Amino acid sequence: MYHWIFVPLTLGLSVLCAFFETLYVRTGNNEWKQLTKFWMSLFAVNFAIGVATGIILEFEFGTNWSNYSWMVGDIFGTPLAIEGILAFFLEATFFAVMFFGWDRFSKRMHLFSTWMVALGSNLSALWILIANGWMQNPIGMRFNPETARFEMLDIWAVISSRIAISHFTHATSSGFLLASLFVTAVSSWFLLKGRHQTFARRSITVAATFGLFSAMFVAFTGDEHAYITVKTQPMKLAAMEGLYKGKKPTGLIAFGVVNPDKQTGDAGDPFVTKIEVPGMLSLLANRKLGSFVAGIDDLVWGNPEHDIVGVDRKMKYGRQAVSSLADFKKARKTGDSAAAVAALAIFDQNREFLGYGYLKKPSDAVPPVSLVFYSFRVMAGLGTFFILLFTLFLIQSARDKLTANRWLLRIGVISVFLGYIAQQAGWIVTEVGRQPWAIQGLLPVSVARSNLDSGTVAVTFFIFLALFTVMLIAEVKIMTKQISLGPEGSAL
Amino acid sequence: MIRHALNFYVEGFRNMRLGRALWKIVLLKILFLFIVIKLFFFPDVLKVTYDNDTDRAEHVLRRLTQSAETDQEPLPPVAGKK
Repeated sequence: MYHWIFVPLTLGLSVLCAFFETLYVRTGNNEWKQLTKFWMSLFAVNFAIGVATGIILEFEFGTNWSNYSWMVGDIFGTPLAIEGILAFFLEATFFAVMFFGWDRFSKRMHLFSTWMVALGSNLSALWILIANGWMQNPIGMRFNPETARFEMLDIWAVISSRIAISHFTHATSSGFLLASLFVTAVSSWFLLKGRHQTFARRSITVAATFGLFSAMFVAFTGDEHAYITVKTQPMKLAAMEGLYKGKKPTGLIAFGVVNPDKQTGDAGDPFVTKIEVPGMLSLLANRKLGSFVAGIDDLVWGNPEHDIVGVDRKMKYGRQAVSSLADFKKARKTGDSAAAVAALAIFDQNREFLGYGYLKKPSDAVPPVSLVFYSFRVMAGLGTFFILLFTLFLIQSARDKLTANRWLLRIGVISVFLGYIAQQAGWIVTEVGRQPWAIQGLLPVSVARSNLDSGTVAVTFFIFLALFTVMLIAEVKIMTKQISLGPEGSAL
Repeated sequence: MIRHALNFYVEGFRNMRLGRALWKIVLLKILFLFIVIKLFFFPDVLKVTYDNDTDRAEHVLRRLTQSAETDQEPLPPVAGKK
């Protein structure tokens, strides 16, 4: 989550800088060049502070997640390696031209470099999200019980996974949205202070246009992502909605207060209070009016009427997978090849439920419902608000009435912080919503982690927290100083 | 051509103002991450504890089958961490 404070602004501001520079090249107006350079300086601050913050996550793979790292190295490592070789080098190469080459290269070459930096940044996100998408929906591989590793069978299945693609489009467009909020916020602040008014109006016009399209695309991709999640991670969707008992049709909870005492299988009401849109979840989840959407209870205890195998049964299959794996290991040690073959046959029959064999009770498959439920509403609610916000900014910009609507400018300044909140809420939905799984259905977090004592984990956590906090403070200080200097004072 | 590229970078860095501060932060951060944090706080647990891939695979298999086998020896603590 800390890493994600820095990343989305890089993703979006790189593209916005490319748009600003395109306007400079097309119009030949040096004011657009000065505008581009200002936003580029802020992009540079965020990029410099944020770069390599992801490295610490990779350190953690070997330390805190050693079992996971061993098991998925072949699969997970590939997109991360491609990210490093392809995307990062693309960015790094053209970064220098973008910053040093204003007077050394032609306008077109410089513009091309700026677009390459934007492409490189977003390509980095692609590969990372392909890796994350595989964890949410593990496909294109096979578990090798000899080496205890997942082996890649089909790299194109991993790359083209619907979860990975929808993850990527949703995450990157949310980055575009955040960058638009950022530009709008800074420009609104300038207008409130009566500074750089032409610059600020131009920036708002471009950012609000980009932001409006991004916000609508975020909503579209979010809907697509939820539609795919129903099929690949139905428990996550059920938690997002606080849905315990599936029904036909199923309503969407627009607003609700979750009953904190509600447990799976009990008769309690999931909500203290709620506002429900009848039938809407059936339409959104299945794109079919009146359709059944599985609830937490259906998924945990099973629902034969709708062909849902419960976690309780999956645990039995999973335990067979685990014990046959143990038998295979023993047979291999004693050199009993017949027993090894027999054990492997039983393992193959139950391998897709391996992860369930490690759960202690069926309700262990349920993620923290309240956190996922509220985070989803924060994210979706703010996303809807941003569409309205950018629409208002565009209308007032077209009427040349921005400075006359100081209330809107003040909201514009605050909204960048709401953007960050929405970003974090989205990651909570996707990552907390998939608990207890490190790899959906195959490996729970409890088995994926290293055998470390809690003191060791605490030490590394606090070191990481301290380092990132220092970087965040540094970024805020340098960023606010650059903003206060304004476009005239910004020079790299 | 290499000299041309080198001059480009040298002059670029020389003319930087904000960029110099940012580069100091980037270099300090990378040094701190790779030399202090990685070396002292984030060892690759399996690489440090075991010498070869066969033993590492055995460790992971033992973890995967721990719940099914009650007669297994407990997993060793991570090397260097007590």
